[in-house]
Amino acid sequence: MSAPASIAVDKGGRRYDGELLWLVVFAVLLGAAMLGGICLGRLSIAPSQVFDSITRWAGGASAETLEERIVLLVRAPRVLMGALAGMGLAMAGAALQGLFRNPLVSPDILGITAGAAFGGALAILLGESSMVLIGSAFAFGVLALLLVGFISRVDGRSDTMTVVLAGVVVAAMFTALVSFVQFVADPDSTLPAIVAWLMGSFASITWFRVGIATLPIVIGALGLMLLRFRINLLSLGEDEARSFGIRVERERWILFLLVALISGGVVSVSGIVGWVGLVIPHAARLLVGPDHRILVPASGLLGGAYMVAIDTVARNATAAEIPLGVLTAAIGAPIFAILLRRMYYTESRR
Amino acid sequence: MIGLRAAGVRFGERWIFRRLDFAPDAGRCVAVLGPNGRGKTTLIRSLLGFLALNEGDRSAPPVVGYVPQASAATVSYRARDVVTMGRVARRGLFATPSRDDRDAADRALTRVGLSALARQRFDLLSGGERQLVLLARALATDAGVLILDEPASALDLRNQDRFLGVVDRLKAEGRHTIVFSTHLPQHASAVADDALMLYGAEDHIFGPVGKVLNEDNLGRLYGIPVRIVEVEAAAGGRMVSGVIPVFGASVPA
Repeated sequence: MSAPASIAVDKGGRRYDGELLWLVVFAVLLGAAMLGGICLGRLSIAPSQVFDSITRWAGGASAETLEERIVLLVRAPRVLMGALAGMGLAMAGAALQGLFRNPLVSPDILGITAGAAFGGALAILLGESSMVLIGSAFAFGVLALLLVGFISRVDGRSDTMTVVLAGVVVAAMFTALVSFVQFVADPDSTLPAIVAWLMGSFASITWFRVGIATLPIVIGALGLMLLRFRINLLSLGEDEARSFGIRVERERWILFLLVALISGGVVSVSGIVGWVGLVIPHAARLLVGPDHRILVPASGLLGGAYMVAIDTVARNATAAEIPLGVLTAAIGAPIFAILLRRMYYTESRR
Repeated sequence: MIGLRAAGVRFGERWIFRRLDFAPDAGRCVAVLGPNGRGKTTLIRSLLGFLALNEGDRSAPPVVGYVPQASAATVSYRARDVVTMGRVARRGLFATPSRDDRDAADRALTRVGLSALARQRFDLLSGGERQLVLLARALATDAGVLILDEPASALDLRNQDRFLGVVDRLKAEGRHTIVFSTHLPQHASAVADDALMLYGAEDHIFGPVGKVLNEDNLGRLYGIPVRIVEVEAAAGGRMVSGVIPVFGASVPA
């Protein structure tokens, strides 16, 4: 990583106003995306029917008609999972970008995603159940974080740069292991399953899986919400934060752990869904400014809306479902390129 | 109170400083002088506790107001928010700024003469204004000790005067012990009560500016002749002393 890249955003004026309005807008977007996600599909269902099904279900009735079964058993868990995953990844990305004072950082940077990918691929290779897959993905994600912590700890402390480099090393190692798993996998059965899982999808989401992923994601997201002003303080850099009496390293690891909970939870049920944690905080920062008190929740709402919308497109654009990871990268990378150019353009003009 | 006793820091085999006793009296303003690479920044960082001592002891209050050479913060927070942050940190992990904090931040900005800029973006302020905001942030922590790492080094003359003027006023109020490092002996002579001069790893002197800031000591410190002259600040005005380095001696003709 080069010099502490500025994550300044020029808003034309010099004041931040109307951030709260943006939160409302993002929340409405999220609601609309979720409703759209439930309505749209091979069998389109009218919003009124969706509300009916949900109120009947909330009243204790079970799904009866085909439409109700689609709404309650297929699309609702899927949309909810998409919202949770997008929210968690975007909040994690916002936290990490603040922490590293670098806008190019995302949850992938700590090697967690690569570790979880290996855990999942290994479980598929060994023909284990989806329960084991989730557990294994999560465990290897946390293991990757612990390895990063161990490698980067020199002389009893670790600085930001070493953590990033250790993350790159650990990610490279686990990526190589994933390749090895693919190399030894059976090209007729397990290899396609591994490849499909790695590309990311919410296709096999059930209420049971939503339940499993919710706990770590919600704990991580709540933690980030509670600590969001702390991220402002840590974003001033190690020396300045320490001069305020903050135990910088300890608090950084608390935040890393929250991020690991989120990305481990997401990867374990939906495979690798990249770019959301990188692009969404950027977009949110352009609109609401850099203060993490607003930026973290704004990223969460926008990330949830984005993920649900993308997943709906992935289901409906073609006859066969497009892998989610492919779409998020295909859309995320160009958006990111545009944001990056705009950012450096305004900076060089300052 | 802040201080070092029999302190030493080394990088590898090389001692940056050693057997250093440094304990400014409460309410004094101390300048740390020394050539490049002589350990001014290392000393400042040790005083702040950013750098562990290899020997000796450090004593310091729990919170010390710190003004870096230039803030690492390139983030576009508002000036008032930057000042507020110094107060909130020690109230615990989940603390967020209260109305009290904002009022205290505004008072601190007023003390450094920047009340009009409270809502401006920090990263768009001039270098001199940014340094003053950082000084306000240090003041807003309510710390009794302020440590300033070459705070005015990158500023032009007008902004040096602005910054030193604020330091001088703080000194006059007498509620803060101030330690600042600088390459410019003129800054020491303008606002400091005492000076710590770093000649070598184990060779340092610490005393009142009027006594230690003389031509011999400064000449030995920087390795070039230095003259000190007394001039009237304005025709018939108060006398100020000027520290004049005599350039041209280092490279033989």
